[in-house]
Amino acid sequence: MKVYLERTNESKEIKASNVSELLKKLSLNPATVLVIKNNTLVTETEKLNEKDEIKIISVVSGG
Amino acid sequence: MPCKRCKTSPVITLQSGNQPCKNCFIKYFEKKVGKTIREHKLVEKNDKVAIAVSGGKDSLTILSILHNLSLRKKDFEVFAILIDEGISGYRDKTRIDAEEFCKKNDIKLNVFSYKDELGAPLDEIIKKTGISGCTVCGIMRRSMLNIAARKLGATKLATGHNLDDEAQSVLMNYMRNNMEVTARLGPITGIKRDKQFIRRIKPLYFMPEKEVTAYSFLKELLGKYSECPYADQSYRNDVRDLLNGFEQKHPGTKYAIIASFMEILPTLKEKYAQESGKINHCPKCEEPTSGIICKRCQLVAQIKEKLAKS
Repeated sequence: MKVYLERTNESKEIKASNVSELLKKLSLNPATVLVIKNNTLVTETEKLNEKDEIKIISVVSGG
Repeated sequence: MPCKRCKTSPVITLQSGNQPCKNCFIKYFEKKVGKTIREHKLVEKNDKVAIAVSGGKDSLTILSILHNLSLRKKDFEVFAILIDEGISGYRDKTRIDAEEFCKKNDIKLNVFSYKDELGAPLDEIIKKTGISGCTVCGIMRRSMLNIAARKLGATKLATGHNLDDEAQSVLMNYMRNNMEVTARLGPITGIKRDKQFIRRIKPLYFMPEKEVTAYSFLKELLGKYSECPYADQSYRNDVRDLLNGFEQKHPGTKYAIIASFMEILPTLKEKYAQESGKINHCPKCEEPTSGIICKRCQLVAQIKEKLAKS
């Protein structure tokens, strides 16, 4: 599926069956990001499929 | 696991393990911020609350919540203050977000700039004087906000500091043996009262950064991610990573730091109120200071001198 990481402005193609697995593959701590699936905020247990569009937002301020 | 109350899709996992849907999460968030405001008496009847906004998620979240609360309760008023440092590609973008939000919600936004205060934007100051951006902002933002709030008649100054910011500050001060600085923290700041110092309130004090970001996303307050090009927060970043690592392995760590800090805070305030010396007022700007000429006026003179020579 297509995964866009907003903080680093990167797009990646990654296979994962749920959000938790996706974050592990990206080495991201769930406390530091929000995962948006097809424009909807979802939790770590949310199932994912190939057609989903994922956006990952950093919760850390850049100030 | 669907939302317990509505049986619809959850948007976040809370500390308690609950997974609320969008509407239940928004209600939970606003209720918890309201409880912080009530229990710590952050806003009282007839208060005139200045809200420090940058256009980022934390400040727009607190601006939105306090604005809505003021419309509902009608016994206090709010307005916004933005300090424009003059950082191209960063503050100019977040300033637009703040201006748009205030215009849409009919909130008075007062903008003060380094250009007017110091004669040049921060980009130019760094380039021509060699003084670090964090040194300038560490002193200028704080004092400019206090002076602006005071001149505009504010009785409180609200900032968007959240649970993560505060847990990091408590731990950093502890590890650097800065206990007097720690005594100034808390949901309402200050050790000693002074009429020239507008008390700072932090209504998001008990809200984790992840929940603030989720709220701002769901309420469409979240702008595009941007980062200050001069930010040098390596020590804070290390502490943040340390805490987030701990939080993942031991959920509740950040809450525990703040809960134990809140227990010792009254004792710390009492101790440093007795030990700290008399508060003076700078003859140039009237700001409270422990010395004679305040740090702000010393820095302003240094910057102006270097700019004139450049």
